[in-house]
Parts: sequence; structure tokens; C-alpha cells
Amino acid sequence: MSGGDPVYGFETLAIHAGAQPEPVTGARQTPIFQNASYVFHDADHAASLFNLMEPGFVYSRLANPTVAVLEERLAALEGGVGGTAVATGHAAQVLALFPLMAPGCEIVAANKLYGGSLNQMGNSFKKFGWTARFVDPEDPENFRRALSGDTRALFVESIANPGGVIVDLEAIAAIAHEAGVPFVVDNTMATPWLCRPIDFGADIVVNSTTKFLSGNGTSLGGAVVDTGAFPWLEHAGKFPSLARPAPEYHGLTFAETFGTLAYTTYAHAVSLRDLGASQQPMNAWLTLLGLETLPLRMERHCANALAVAEWLEGHPAVEWVSYAGLPSSPYRGLQQRYMPRGAGSVFTFGLKGGYEAGMRLVETVELFSHLANVGDARSLILHPASTTHRQLTDEQRAAAGAGDDVIRLSIGLETAGDLIADLDRALRASSIRGTVRAAAE
Amino acid sequence: MNHDAYTDAYLRSVLGEARSVAIVGLSANWNRPSYFVAKYLQAKGYRVLPVNPREAGGEILGAPVAGSLGDLGETPDLVDVFRNSAAAGPIADDAIAAGAKAVWMQIGVRNDAAADRAEAAGLRVVMNRCPKIEYSRLFGELSWGGFWSGVITAKRRRARLN
Repeated sequence: MSGGDPVYGFETLAIHAGAQPEPVTGARQTPIFQNASYVFHDADHAASLFNLMEPGFVYSRLANPTVAVLEERLAALEGGVGGTAVATGHAAQVLALFPLMAPGCEIVAANKLYGGSLNQMGNSFKKFGWTARFVDPEDPENFRRALSGDTRALFVESIANPGGVIVDLEAIAAIAHEAGVPFVVDNTMATPWLCRPIDFGADIVVNSTTKFLSGNGTSLGGAVVDTGAFPWLEHAGKFPSLARPAPEYHGLTFAETFGTLAYTTYAHAVSLRDLGASQQPMNAWLTLLGLETLPLRMERHCANALAVAEWLEGHPAVEWVSYAGLPSSPYRGLQQRYMPRGAGSVFTFGLKGGYEAGMRLVETVELFSHLANVGDARSLILHPASTTHRQLTDEQRAAAGAGDDVIRLSIGLETAGDLIADLDRALRASSIRGTVRAAAE
Repeated sequence: MNHDAYTDAYLRSVLGEARSVAIVGLSANWNRPSYFVAKYLQAKGYRVLPVNPREAGGEILGAPVAGSLGDLGETPDLVDVFRNSAAAGPIADDAIAAGAKAVWMQIGVRNDAAADRAEAAGLRVVMNRCPKIEYSRLFGELSWGGFWSGVITAKRRRARLN
């Protein structure tokens, strides 16, 4: 509309959203409120805060001023109404589902997920009485086939780790909404700069902020962002936590009292209160610092990743490269539709020498760090079958794109030529050693 | 006025110029949304004037309850409507008759014909919004809960309303 409020771009929001100058001191950078508790004005104010009658800080398990800046910024970047920052990306997955689930409830999740998520959902969720039904996300109809009366959410990763699989977000969102359940998307590998799942029908977005969002491998963290748009009251029977009276809040119904703010309010007032997986203010501050440069870093991550992937594709020791940014990728079309700015910087490739060659390569590189993380300024290398996906069955590993021959790279911000030179040196050395060893055997 | 997208400046001015707020449909039950809004506005310094025929003669949040806007005995600056969209029509007419400066309809409440009449009479109108959410959004408190306020500024906010 004419004369309306300015609509700011992503780069501006990445620096400014949530962070006004601190009103008491004028401090421009967000202060680190390394603080547990907050003074009440009087007994009535205390009662109002405990009754959720007004916004305010009580105890940093529920909310903290530095963490709140991160929550608001991520909500702005993802296009949501509100956010909840938590201790880790894994905590974010529990917190995202906690308002939706009860014993006996199910989710339908992609079988192409980070190995730790397959483990968390497939094994530990059972202890809550939650069942995860895993389906191949490459055919969206698989989600519909796995629906039941107990389904409470559909769950995918926007770019699956490690296989680089990109799923048809809009098609899966439509199936979720026809079934009257929210669509939850883990956006860790894409970040909101490459893809905003909410624009394609996601209701809830989770991130591991440990990865690209913080960007330097310094701080664990996770976040849940909600659109505020899911009609909880229309599906009250399925979502009693949000749409029925809450006894501990004297019969208040979150979706009625808080409207579009209900889910995020519940995430703080109940989920963080009772699960306690709060993010630390120092971690939130480091992540905020990282977010200021997210667009610049993601551009370089993607450019470097494309250069390395193109080079690997032509290497004689390499069997295949799975990077959605390559014209050869079967996911190229979905990448251009859902994340046209780039395909991220985490991808996999297969060595002709299989498991042995993979083990040798990760031990031979000099510049790449052999460790279990992604989204760092440094380039990282990993053999998933022997590490992150080790706790899975062979079938789960293959389905997740983490078979024996698979190497996962997380391309950092170094000089692209240096990364290629390091891989070239290591591929030569490991292939020579492999040849010698094979001959000796 | 475009009632689909209010500017922050407009909302700030409607909230900033009011000193008294008549809340029509204010519940006496402390755990109802209308009570939350009334208590919040009272804590921010607004004089809350409860209007609710079922509670007329009683007291809510320390203030006497009037049966209708006409029974208030004073002119409210702002009339906040906690009734459905159809009921908002006659309430807007009462607000015009009472000489109010603005009519505010809560989230889910919208009556464009009533808004036209109120605006023609010189009142300002906000529909389908909550004054508690908008006040806390514009003045920083909503952000404390992790909510995106939409407010971007490098100005140092003064620790007072205006």
C-alpha cells in the first residue's frame, strides 16, 4: 500500500531485526544478559507474569533478553510470527513437536534426514509414546499413504543431510493441510537466505543454529519458528495442548487467548518451562553475530561448493557427485524452484574405491577438518557410514544417502582453489596407497 | 483508511492519543482475554472504563461497570470492542454518539459499514487487531516473547511513551 511502513530486505533484517539500541544505556550491539532472574515490580506484577497476562521476564529458562533478540531475528528471517530458541538443533525438534504430540500420536517423517534425527525420532521418541513413520520423501504421495488418525505432523529437511536431496515442499504441505496437521521443515542446510519454507506452506520451521546461522562452529543452538497461521481451534480434538483449556493456567486456552501467538507462547510457557532445554545467552549472542553476515557467507559457501563439486565430478577417482547445484543432479529442478540462490554447501560424493578409499581420504586431507559438524567457516569432511550414520541399520544408511562409499563435505569460506588442491592431493595419495595396498594383498 | 494494513505510525497515534479506554464486553473473569487486555492497558496508564450489561453496577479492575457506552457518564477517548462483528455496528454508533475519538475492534471483529460511519463522523477506526498486542509490539515488550515486532530502528528508544 502507498505510504505504508518500509519493507526491509533480508540483509537488513539479518542485522537489525530484534535488535534496537538498548534503551537504558544506548548500547548499540545487543547486550549479553548473563542473568538468571528478573525483579518483579510488585506482587500483582509477579502474578500477572505467572498467569501469562502480560509480557515480561521471570526466569531465563523461559525467556532471556539476549535469547529473545535471536528468537525475533530468526522469526523475521524465516517469515514467521515468533520464534523459540533452544539449547541445540535436536532440542528444537523435540520442542517443535511437543505442543502437537501426546502418547499414541505419530509423525510422518522423511527417511532422508540427518542420521541423528533418524535415531532421535525412530528410537528415543518411542519413550514418549510418539511414533515416527519414515517414508521416502521423493514421492510426496508416500506421506499421504502413511497418514493415520493419530498423525499430528509431517516432517522433512529442506535439503536432506547428507544426501543433498531436495523435496517438493509445496506438494507435501498440501498433503499436510488436507490432513489437518502442520508441516514441519528443518531448514538447517538451506538457511532462510536460500529457502524460506514458510513461503512454500510450512507451518513450523526448525533450525540447528549451530551450523550456518552461527557460522563459526562456536555455539550450539536450535530454534523453532512458527507462522501463527495453523488453525488449531479448527482441529481442537487433535491439538488439545493448544486448543483446550490448560489446567495449570487456570483453564486458559492458548489458541483462544493468544491467537496467532499461541504456539510460540506455549513453547516458552510450557515446553521450555518443563523440558528446560533453554539456549544460553552467550550462545545466542554469538549466533546473532553470525547472522549479521549470513547472506554474505552463504553466497561464498554456495560458490565454493559449486566449484568443488564441478571439479570432483570430473575426477577419475570419483564415481558420482550428489550436489543439487550441478546440472547433473536429479534435484536441480526442485533446487531452482525452492532455493534458486544456491544449493547450500553440504554435499556428498562417492569414491570408486568404496569404504576403504573413503576412510583413507578423510585421513589424508590436510586443509579439510575431519569432524562431525557442518556449516562452519572451515571446510569439513566426514565419512558418514563410519560416524554420524553409524548407529543406523544398513538399510537406513542407504536410504539416507549415507552408504559405504559416501563422503560428505561441508564447504567453507576458504579460497576455492586451495580446497580443490587439498582434495586433489589427498585423492592422489589415497589412490596410490590404495593401489600399493591392493598389490601387497 | 486501508483497514487491511495499518501503518505503525497510525496505530501508534491512535494508542498514543488516548488516555481513557472503554472496553465493551469486558469480562469480570480474570482469566478471559478481555480481562488480560484491560489489565495490561491499565498497567500502561490508561483509564479503563468497563462496559458490560451483565456486570452493570459491579466493579472490574477497580472501576465501576456501565451497562452501555451511554451510561458511562463521561466521554471515552477510545472504545475497544470485545463483541462480534455484527454487535460492533451499534457499538460504533454509540461511540460516535458518546463523542469518542476512536473505535477499536478486536482480532476477528470487523464491520466495514460501521467503520465508514465512524470515520465519516471524524473518529479513527482500527479493526481486527488487539490493542495489547499492538501496544506491546510497538513499544518493545512483545519482542520479549520471541515475537517479530516488524519494528526496525537504530534510534535509541526513550523509556516513556512519547
